[in-house]
Amino acid sequence: MNKILEKEYFSEKVARLVVEAPLIARARKPGHFVIVICDEKGERIPLTIADADDVRGTITLIVQAVGDSTAAICAKNAGDCLHDVVGPLGRATAIGHYGTVVCCGGGVGVAPLLPILKAMKAAGNRVVSIIAARSKDLIILEDEVRAHSDEVVIMTDDGSYGRKGLVTNGLEEVMQREHVDLVCTIGPAVMMKFVSLLTRKYDVPTICSLNTIMVDGTGMCGACRVTVGGKMRFVCVDGPEFDAHQVDFDEMILRLKPID
Amino acid sequence: MNADTISPRDAQWREELRKSRTAKERTSIPRVRMGELPPDYRITCNEEVNRGLSMEEAVTEAQRCLDCPDPQCVTGCPVNINIPGFIKNLERGNFHDAAVVLKETSALPAVCGRVCPQERQCESKCIYNKMKREPVAIGYLERFAADTERISGEITAPSRMSGNGRKVAVVGSGPASLSFAGEMARRGYDVHVFEALHEIGGVLKYGIPEFRLPNEVVDVEIRALSEMGVKFMTDCVVGKTLGYEDLVQQGFEGLFVASGAGLPRFMGIPGENLVGVMSSNEYLTRVNLMGAGRPGWSTPVIRGKRVAVIGGGNTAMDSCRTARRMGAEEVYIVYRRGEAEMPARVEEVRHAKEEGVQFLTLFNPVEYLGDENGRIRAMRLQRMELGEADASGRRSPVPVEGDIREIGIDQVIVSVGVSPNPLIPASVPGLEVTRRGTLIVDDDTLETTLPMVFAGGDIVRGGATVILAMGDGRKAAAAMAAKLDNKHELAISK
Repeated sequence: MNKILEKEYFSEKVARLVVEAPLIARARKPGHFVIVICDEKGERIPLTIADADDVRGTITLIVQAVGDSTAAICAKNAGDCLHDVVGPLGRATAIGHYGTVVCCGGGVGVAPLLPILKAMKAAGNRVVSIIAARSKDLIILEDEVRAHSDEVVIMTDDGSYGRKGLVTNGLEEVMQREHVDLVCTIGPAVMMKFVSLLTRKYDVPTICSLNTIMVDGTGMCGACRVTVGGKMRFVCVDGPEFDAHQVDFDEMILRLKPID
Repeated sequence: MNADTISPRDAQWREELRKSRTAKERTSIPRVRMGELPPDYRITCNEEVNRGLSMEEAVTEAQRCLDCPDPQCVTGCPVNINIPGFIKNLERGNFHDAAVVLKETSALPAVCGRVCPQERQCESKCIYNKMKREPVAIGYLERFAADTERISGEITAPSRMSGNGRKVAVVGSGPASLSFAGEMARRGYDVHVFEALHEIGGVLKYGIPEFRLPNEVVDVEIRALSEMGVKFMTDCVVGKTLGYEDLVQQGFEGLFVASGAGLPRFMGIPGENLVGVMSSNEYLTRVNLMGAGRPGWSTPVIRGKRVAVIGGGNTAMDSCRTARRMGAEEVYIVYRRGEAEMPARVEEVRHAKEEGVQFLTLFNPVEYLGDENGRIRAMRLQRMELGEADASGRRSPVPVEGDIREIGIDQVIVSVGVSPNPLIPASVPGLEVTRRGTLIVDDDTLETTLPMVFAGGDIVRGGATVILAMGDGRKAAAAMAAKLDNKHELAISK
């Protein structure tokens, strides 16, 4: 049982939870994720870690209600408990000094991107962050991203905030304007697919963090398998980050469909 | 062979018992038949199919055992259980002592009595086979002895030395770990079990279905260990949540790694990533551990109407029988060799057939075909025939050129084996692995390449049985305790 200490809504369907998990708070690194079971009879849901406080022994989760289980997690309040939180899982991001790193986050993908861009900035990179969403109310963590970026570009589909357009529009402008050494992208699979197609055109190395369906999350079930460079890889133990140019996004998108 | 400590063959009661019936009387008794739920009923539920023996049936079956002077059954058991010792206690009606004899060697007799392949182990060596008669039903009797003790509620905790205050850690909570934990607790160690999942029991919970092994049977064993002082921590992935260094810092003096089988194997054929194609690990975990299909549980599972299970092992049988229970109308086992070559237990094959599973033996899938939404709609099967014997001694299947057929299906469960779990080897520096990814251990002590780290079960064997995993737990416990006790004595003598 893991107690929820804080809870707030970022938007109607996106909640931020600060959860007691001292061992995970201590061990986690950028790129890691956890598996959460909301209630006794709940599903195992993979969620990326947006932040952690080692001293307080907490981790921050940002959850978008997309199905029954994520809705149940979002409906919890401070003082309630999550039945299980396991982690940190997956491989940590390879943080290093690359030069200029562009971090592209879409929707709640900005949450797991935050620890990565923080670490990239701390490692001495010039960090340009592009955060995108359908509309203004779905842009999250803007202040936190600004605090750790050299430049922030905000894109909304409807133009209600920042500039009108997709994340790829913002990214292409940056790549045309200056030399980019690495792109990190986290967001909906379709978005990552188009980021990847674009950066391939500009020949810029790109890492993406995949959010597939998982059951155990520890290398046992194979539900998270993806094709990377023509080979079968498991997101939970080989990922969640991969060379975006090698990922078969079309196959992954088909496999993301919920079970009916 | 184990010392015949509790019920030696030359005990007076046993000599008298042997003389109480002639061999002819004993051998003329037919082998008992285990009561089973009728197939049409059992596919509607998850109730245990095998109903167990009545007291009369068990005693009569125990009378069949000739109490051989050189019992070969014991050599057929991977952990050399004192089989005549427990059976003769059953015959004389001393059911409690029968259970005590079993527990001298086996931590989980109620589990092994249900899931061991006795027909290939103890029972295959029974003297009755030489007489062209059916062997003594050792497995049924083991289950009876263990169940009777459990139901009586008078479970004897194994004798336990007083606590020595020294901590050892166990990774995983499957059969190898539970066996190890029991052995070390008995020796007075403070045992902490770390389990990655949210439930204790490992493969006994997520893998083997309740219709073959009810969870309650496993839970009783876990409760008994808790009462002996073993501490269980769920949701803790050693190598991730807690590192090896953390455990050392927390004062753990020994570590037993039994993290089990991991990544499911796939065949690498086109269409294997279509929606509706999954591993048996995924399918069984969803249904057994996560409660998919039960009212009130959130985890979903694909419920195909026409389901193909690829493979011929026990996991394949568990998967196809589960699919029938989940409402599949047509379920096929697709296996590239013949039925005689199947690794599954004979009983599982029979049960599957009784439950309406159709066997497509000597067929190998070569491609899965999807619809426009990426969902599986058919499989293409290559007809096979048996050629020369391969390294495993089994005749290897070879394709019959040009004989390929297509069968419409809407779900595939791939059950062609697993690779060892990569998590621990990848996160504990100093642990060396084989080319197959299994941990390298010393054959005698099961110590890994990292001192005071021992390992057993599937992470070492790659894929084996519950009884072998349990045997490993026992062996590693003895070796670790010997080393720790020795170290302790050295420290005192300084």
